[in-house]
Amino acid sequence: MEQLIIFIKKEFKHVFRDNKTLLMLFGLPIAQIILFGFALTNEIKNSKIVVCDYAQDISSIQITERIASSKNFEIKKTIFDKEQIEESFREGDVKLVVVFPANFHKDLNHFNTAQIQVIADASDPNTASTLTSYINNIVRGYQQELNMTSMGSIKIVPEIRMLYNPELKGSTNFVPGVMALVLLLVCVLMTSVSIVKEKEKGTMEILLVSPMNPFTVIIAKAVPYFFLSLVNLTLILLMSIYLLDMPMNGSMVLLYFVSSILILCALSLGLLISNVTETQESAMLITLMGMLLPVIMFSGFMFPLENMPVPLQVISNIVPSKWYYIIVKSIMIKGLGIMSIWKEVLILSLMTSGLLIVSLKNFNIRLQ
Amino acid sequence: METETVIKAVDLTKKFGNFTAVDNISFEVNKGEIFGFLGANGAGKTTAMRMLCGLSKPTSGVANIAGFDVYTETEKIKSHIGYMSQKFSLYEDLTIAENINFFGGIYGLSDKELKEQSNSLIEKLDLSKNANKLVGELPLGWKQKLAFSVAIIHKPSIVFLDEPTGGVDPITRRQFWDMIYDAAESGITIFITTHYMDEAEYCNRVSMMVDGKIAALDSPSNLKEQYGAATMDDVFYYLARQAKRS
Amino acid sequence: MQDLIVNNVSKSFNKGKVKALVDVSFSVEKGELFGIIGPDGAGKTTLFRILTTLLLADEGMATVNGSDVIIDYKAIRNNVGYMPGKFSLYQDLTVEENLVFFASIFNTTVEENYKLIEDIYVQLEPFKNRRAGKLSGGMKQKLALCCALIHRPAVLFLDEPTTGVDAVSRKEFWEMLKRLKKEGITILVSTPYMDEANLCERIALIQKGEILSIDTPNNITEQYPDKLLAVKSDNMSLLLKDLRKNENVKSAFSFGEYHHISFVDGFKNDPMQSDLFGANNHTNISMKPIAATVEDCFIHLMSKHEVNGN
Repeated sequence: MEQLIIFIKKEFKHVFRDNKTLLMLFGLPIAQIILFGFALTNEIKNSKIVVCDYAQDISSIQITERIASSKNFEIKKTIFDKEQIEESFREGDVKLVVVFPANFHKDLNHFNTAQIQVIADASDPNTASTLTSYINNIVRGYQQELNMTSMGSIKIVPEIRMLYNPELKGSTNFVPGVMALVLLLVCVLMTSVSIVKEKEKGTMEILLVSPMNPFTVIIAKAVPYFFLSLVNLTLILLMSIYLLDMPMNGSMVLLYFVSSILILCALSLGLLISNVTETQESAMLITLMGMLLPVIMFSGFMFPLENMPVPLQVISNIVPSKWYYIIVKSIMIKGLGIMSIWKEVLILSLMTSGLLIVSLKNFNIRLQ
Repeated sequence: METETVIKAVDLTKKFGNFTAVDNISFEVNKGEIFGFLGANGAGKTTAMRMLCGLSKPTSGVANIAGFDVYTETEKIKSHIGYMSQKFSLYEDLTIAENINFFGGIYGLSDKELKEQSNSLIEKLDLSKNANKLVGELPLGWKQKLAFSVAIIHKPSIVFLDEPTGGVDPITRRQFWDMIYDAAESGITIFITTHYMDEAEYCNRVSMMVDGKIAALDSPSNLKEQYGAATMDDVFYYLARQAKRS
Repeated sequence: MQDLIVNNVSKSFNKGKVKALVDVSFSVEKGELFGIIGPDGAGKTTLFRILTTLLLADEGMATVNGSDVIIDYKAIRNNVGYMPGKFSLYQDLTVEENLVFFASIFNTTVEENYKLIEDIYVQLEPFKNRRAGKLSGGMKQKLALCCALIHRPAVLFLDEPTTGVDAVSRKEFWEMLKRLKKEGITILVSTPYMDEANLCERIALIQKGEILSIDTPNNITEQYPDKLLAVKSDNMSLLLKDLRKNENVKSAFSFGEYHHISFVDGFKNDPMQSDLFGANNHTNISMKPIAATVEDCFIHLMSKHEVNGN
């Protein structure tokens, strides 16, 4: 036990004495969150839009003027035929089309309610959702003004249609993905590099020739990185909630519990990689190639899994981050409890135990 | 016969912060000379050698290498010297012929020269059967001999050898020295560091660095006489023991 | 009692392409200082790794301190100290932190065996708060030795402890080993420096994975078959060439300020009188008969081996 404690202390010293490790541990997640956060919350200026105006009445023109005067939009042209909408989008630079139906002003006056249609190019979902919300704001503003001057309560209902990506994977959907990515990447990288470093520097030889049980080495390596990863997780959560306005509707305890499973999974993967590599560089390379691509491709936060060919969908099932992504989304956004996600948690746990067993079995008690 | 000076250092100094790694060293090396550059670990040999190769700027002092100034003409220096160390010499994952072509190419040998040099070198080292073997597969001694030949492929005026024979077997070590003698006879100046004291005896002159300074510089026989020692080993031991810094 | 027994051990790498050890056998007595002498690539490190249970031999068996290196590897790991060829301590930990760490992984404390390392550690004490990576070569090596000794091992394996270390530190290191020997620790040390052979009680000369000879340094040098002469003149490089041209000269190699030469069998003339040096006029020739050194023997055995091998 004493051996273990002194070994763990040593690991912490390695971490805190090496600026590169510290940067990787804390700089990477911060950079990732800010990068994604920035990309998500960044204001979009001067987006080209098209107005399709069947009404050409006072209300439609007033709203169009407001849109035109907003710094977010630049009206490329006004059309009068729905047939031209597709065409406008195909030209490429048009991000959104606002359609005023005929009799827009009349409907407002007679029925106190009217519809406009907002069609967005959702192949870039972030831009699409940001832009539609800008339009919503402008329309709502107009509606409020009308209600203040007139007596009735007028309602303009925007009907939003997302082209190309109807589901609209929005901003909040990214954060759980980034969490999975950062936890996996950092944790696998740290574990594999710290073990391979001992091989490279020759200290592993001495450790192996000592009476110390090889499993003590593994546990001593795992404990510090487990805790550092939890610190990391906290950092990511704080930034997501306070910086990116990510909702937190479910149980924090459950979230930490599930994240611990993912961290364990990452530790096992790191161990596995350190078994087959001899240098820090190759450990890093394998980690980046082996983690980054599958996590980004198959977790579902970048590319919708439903749209993938079946073989790829099948492959995605063996990527642990996919399950973690589903679980975190359920907890944070939908606020679901363990009863609703026990299946995913079970799958993640089984994967983790499998990887752990394989990596422990493969840990060399000799040099070859 | 007029002797030509190819390395000239006057009060050469290199400081890292408060630490003076090389402290006012002055010496000259003549053309065709085999100059042994000895000293204990940490005495400042590596730092001094780096300055002479134009890899590191001196803090103060003057140094001329093959007639070029170490402050302003480092590029010219680099094309007039060869360098070989125990640690890095050749690419292990390239074949012998590929290594020769690569390094020859770096030093601007023409295709024709390269072909001639490469053939004569492979023949001289008796490697013709193995020319397409990866360097990594060669025994250490062969690698070092090949590395030396490659380091002088562009006929530099000076070749710097940093512990070239460390760990090499006794026969190959001597063959290596035969090659050094041949190179020196062809007019190439040899600047060499070594931990083998018998090799110090093979040098025309030997300098001993202690604590960043040159503590002694003379021919091996004169040094032995001066310090009343039977071997260079004793001379080295006597001088290095006086080191104060660690 | 024999503390180390190696029987017909062979090991190859890359699916048999590289033969690291070929049928190696020897044994070391308890408390003996035994040297493995050979150049880089001779198989020294592979041998050490097999004996320290880090590698499995392809063939043969070995016991260390009475335990089999394969079956009882755990027992061996409790009883041996090992200093690998490369400096293998934590460079980002201080001198003291390294020592405390290695003491604890060997289930002991620095205090428990301090007496054993005291002589060495007092030299390190002034730097105990310095990071190991910032120590000089000699100091690093002393620290590595302290760490390898901290649990008072029965057998100490030192793989090329003096490689890349200057002559002063090398001498000090051998002094330390002599003192350790008095403590009854069996020491197996490897080195590429032939001049260090004389500091061992017995040595094994090893080249290309094969043992050329095992004996005391004295016995090995006495077995040198030929008479040796040391020759020097003003032009040593020309002298060597001329000597090699002479058909009566069997071998000529430079050894520091002299060339060592031996003669072919049946060369009865007094070499002092005969014309050994060809047509060139050598000045200041001096010659003296000398006893062979370990390096002479190594060269002799190596050449003989290669002739037989081919």
